[in-house]
Amino acid sequence: MSDHIIKSYDRDLENMGRRISEMGGLAEKMLADSMDALTNLDSDLAHRVIAADHRLDTLHREIEESAVLTIARRQPLAVDLRECIVAIRISGDIERIGDLAKNIAKRTLKIVSESPVARAAVGLRSMHEIAATQLKDALDAYALRDIERARAVWENDADLDALEDSVFRDLLTFMMEDPRNITFCTHLLFCSKNLERIGDHTTNIAETVVYLVTGETMPVDRPKGRGADYVATTGEGAP
Amino acid sequence: MMYSAESLKTPDAKVSVNGLDFYYGASHALKAVSLPLYENRVTAFIGPSGCGKSTLLRVLNRMYDLYPGQRAEGEVWLDGENIIDPAIDVNALRARVGMVFQKPTPFPMSIYDNIAFGIKLYEKLPAAELDARVEQALRGAALWDEVKDKLHSSGLGLSGGQQQRLCIARSVAVQPEVILFDEPCSALDPISTAKVEELIEELAEDYTIAIVTHNMQQAVRVSDYTAFMYLGELVEYGETDDVFNKPKQKRTLDYITGRFG
Repeated sequence: MSDHIIKSYDRDLENMGRRISEMGGLAEKMLADSMDALTNLDSDLAHRVIAADHRLDTLHREIEESAVLTIARRQPLAVDLRECIVAIRISGDIERIGDLAKNIAKRTLKIVSESPVARAAVGLRSMHEIAATQLKDALDAYALRDIERARAVWENDADLDALEDSVFRDLLTFMMEDPRNITFCTHLLFCSKNLERIGDHTTNIAETVVYLVTGETMPVDRPKGRGADYVATTGEGAP
Repeated sequence: MMYSAESLKTPDAKVSVNGLDFYYGASHALKAVSLPLYENRVTAFIGPSGCGKSTLLRVLNRMYDLYPGQRAEGEVWLDGENIIDPAIDVNALRARVGMVFQKPTPFPMSIYDNIAFGIKLYEKLPAAELDARVEQALRGAALWDEVKDKLHSSGLGLSGGQQQRLCIARSVAVQPEVILFDEPCSALDPISTAKVEELIEELAEDYTIAIVTHNMQQAVRVSDYTAFMYLGELVEYGETDDVFNKPKQKRTLDYITGRFG
């Protein structure tokens, strides 16, 4: 798209985009590190993930401020207005993703002294693979304003939901096999929930990218991979 | 803008511009412009200087008749009457289609006479009725409370914003059907601007309104429909929310977002 007549306007928008990229990169690294810390029970790495969250929060706040300032200062319209709104939304989603990764790191610190259930983390690693790929695609879709990629992320979220169900059943099995696994597996259960939530925020980012480019919002309902048994077991997700 | 269920119905076109061309001598200022002005709705004309938006406004009440060498071709229907037909009574037309200009243009006479003057041109009313009409017009322009105690002092003594509302009252007084606003707020401070915008919203309940404005935010705020013009052509016309959120034409997007065209 051609440039604004006012050059500092372009710089404002570019700076916002650049800071969102930085947030995205940071969140991706926090997510990967938190999962490494969890699977290797590495408390040093877990501490580093927790420490990194501060920078993410700072960036989030800066982006919000500059979006509000840009709206006040430039009274943007059409795609420029959406740039500002979208910056607020996406940085909020990334900030939440960081929080969820930080929570995985915190749980890691709680289970380092427990006897690990090696098999239990396998499903989580698969969930992480999908979540990480989805996050990368959503962030790329934002950077490239690529709505096809964004739509694919939106559709693929069902995979992560389905996998969460199977991880849930596996963990229940391990806990039933040996009650000494309960503490370890319960923390992993929360971690799998965190990964599923990260998937939701990632999907939000993808939806937001479609809105940014087209001005249209995605349908409210997105594909669900969740079976009825999950709902019955957890009492969650009722209509 | 919020609509009641009633007003959500597709309104009728009060004015239909159909294939309108306009010439200032040899210069072709409007090229095959077609658009409706819906009844009881506000339509904004936007576009860079020289795009033809004020020209279009001037056609709607035959203002161009005052100048030699200017001519319009095509059709402009006002309730089934082609108003650019030379046979039409221009004075009667201007009573039906009022106009408010960029700079307030009060007559050098009292506030009362500023309003009464126009009414007397078209109607002969008993004094009491005339008083009532003047009050009604001033109330309609949200000016009554500010001037009711000094109706016989000069209109020129009012502030710029009050003068502009006096001009609006003058237009309203002759009970027109359409009111044209040519950048009505460009000489006003923000508070007076807000008052005029509020007034435009109220006036739309009774009149069909067209407004030319360079202020994009103002077009977003006050209008239901927006026409973007460029070099004498109508580039895009649609509901204001659509034109300013997701314009269909790149030239519209470039203009409203302040980009190089």
